[in-house]
Amino acid sequence: MSERSLDLLEVRAVSKHFGGVTALNGASLSVATGEVHALIGPNGAGKTTLIHVLSGALAADHGQVSFAGEDLARRSMHQRVARGLARSYQITSVFPRLTVLDNVTIAVQARVRDWGTSFRFWKPFSVDAAIIAEAHGLLAQVGLPGRAGRLASQLSHGEQRCLEVALALATKPKLLLLDEPMAGMGADESARMVELIEQLAHRVTLLLVEHDMAAVFRLADRVSVLVGGRIIASGEPEAIRADAEVRRAYLGDEI
Amino acid sequence: MGLYESSRERRWAAVAMLFALAALPWLLQLLDQGFYISFASRLLIFALAATSLNLVIGFGGMVSFGHAAFFGAGAYCVAILAESGVVSAALAWPLAVGVSALLALLIGALSLRTRGVYFIMITLAFAQMVYYLVVSLKAWGGDDGLALARRSLLPGLDLSNDTSFFFVVLAILALVLIALDRLAHSRFGRVIQSIRENETRMEALGYPVFSYKLVCFVIGGGLAGLAGALLVNQTGLASPNLLHWLQSGTLMVMVVLGGVGSVYGGVVGALFLLLGEELLVEITPHWQIGLGLLLLAVVLWAPLGIAGLFGWGRRRE
Repeated sequence: MSERSLDLLEVRAVSKHFGGVTALNGASLSVATGEVHALIGPNGAGKTTLIHVLSGALAADHGQVSFAGEDLARRSMHQRVARGLARSYQITSVFPRLTVLDNVTIAVQARVRDWGTSFRFWKPFSVDAAIIAEAHGLLAQVGLPGRAGRLASQLSHGEQRCLEVALALATKPKLLLLDEPMAGMGADESARMVELIEQLAHRVTLLLVEHDMAAVFRLADRVSVLVGGRIIASGEPEAIRADAEVRRAYLGDEI
Repeated sequence: MGLYESSRERRWAAVAMLFALAALPWLLQLLDQGFYISFASRLLIFALAATSLNLVIGFGGMVSFGHAAFFGAGAYCVAILAESGVVSAALAWPLAVGVSALLALLIGALSLRTRGVYFIMITLAFAQMVYYLVVSLKAWGGDDGLALARRSLLPGLDLSNDTSFFFVVLAILALVLIALDRLAHSRFGRVIQSIRENETRMEALGYPVFSYKLVCFVIGGGLAGLAGALLVNQTGLASPNLLHWLQSGTLMVMVVLGGVGSVYGGVVGALFLLLGEELLVEITPHWQIGLGLLLLAVVLWAPLGIAGLFGWGRRRE
């Protein structure tokens, strides 16, 4: 078996233009099963655009994305999730007017392969005890066990970020796209999020977009650097740190 | 709005109201006001129509401005079937539901590709297309509408008797409310309410959002068709007015008055609007001013509607 076949996600020469603006310009990337792969790059490099293309929120103009050996071009966002490709959002996207528990149960309930379809009109959801139990488990895992009954809008920013991760996790993904999970967090909250991601890394492949370099170099098995819509370097953290072109284009004096 | 949750008190209040309504024919007989029983049927039919729209707007989050198309389609379906000899309620009413649901499937499949104001406008446009189509067809009575010579036939019950008809309407409304209360607490109900709250996130969780919205839209359309089938029996006329956008607007006002996203909101809104109209019209021909003020007051001070004021639309905190 060649090494390539171990790749869970394969991005080949993906381009995306918005009018005259080139957001992605032939970006290529591969994420191997089981690794934590960090995607770094300056603001406006196209990181979030790439996440949108991978998750299916945007269609690429050129290039190919394949996941677990399957071309994703014709797959909608929900079909990709069903295949095990889930994402979290850089700007928190939860259900603010629902309770924290309802947020997570609706996410757990989405897994058709475990619970069957949600086109059920008569039986009350409250009897689906297994779904509710799993939701409580997820809340405990992301550090929100005492918050089940609160409205999501009443959580602190850091707690909402954790809920954001819990929602993505509830889909039981093979690959989880984490778009700046530490965005806007204080030092304490960030440290807890790093711990959470470390735990996740044992069970799920991660593609992590992050600006916090200390966190990136602590968590990542491999790092890819996106500059001007292209991946200019990809490799182990030490190699990236030493790469002259990466230093010039992005890292500068930061490390 | 959080997810809808029926309290025990609310269910008891609904049962109490059902019994009160069941006693209405005898009460009216006692007061020698038997004429009002037909008006009471009309109230309940509009309650059903508003409830069906509330499923679409309040639960599904789809602000449809074309609900009259499905309401009117049900009415016309029964009248047209009667003309060609199909007078059995057991046949005509389900067919009316089916035709309206099919129309909702067509209009929904196209309209639900848009969002927000565009959705409001495109549903309005489709409904007006149906209106003008029907008005232009001489075979269906054009501007005059299509008369229903006699009420549909139901084995064992004489629907031409206003009291029997009232009980049939009451039973149908009660069954629909029970079903919608179940639906609101089911998996499907949770999904459509969550789509109302954050559609993008639902897609990102793996839900085929379009399909869920379409199914919700079709159920709403089918129930509106049922209300239309009952209304043409009550009035004896399938009028083009039933298809007009003013009718869509009236149903929308009922939903907002009663309580968006509450199972009983449509009922409360229809009762308030039609009873209010009946009372105010005695006082002044400009009764709509009073209605306007009431609507303004509800929007300003009771965003959950009148049902919300009484705790009937209360949602958990």
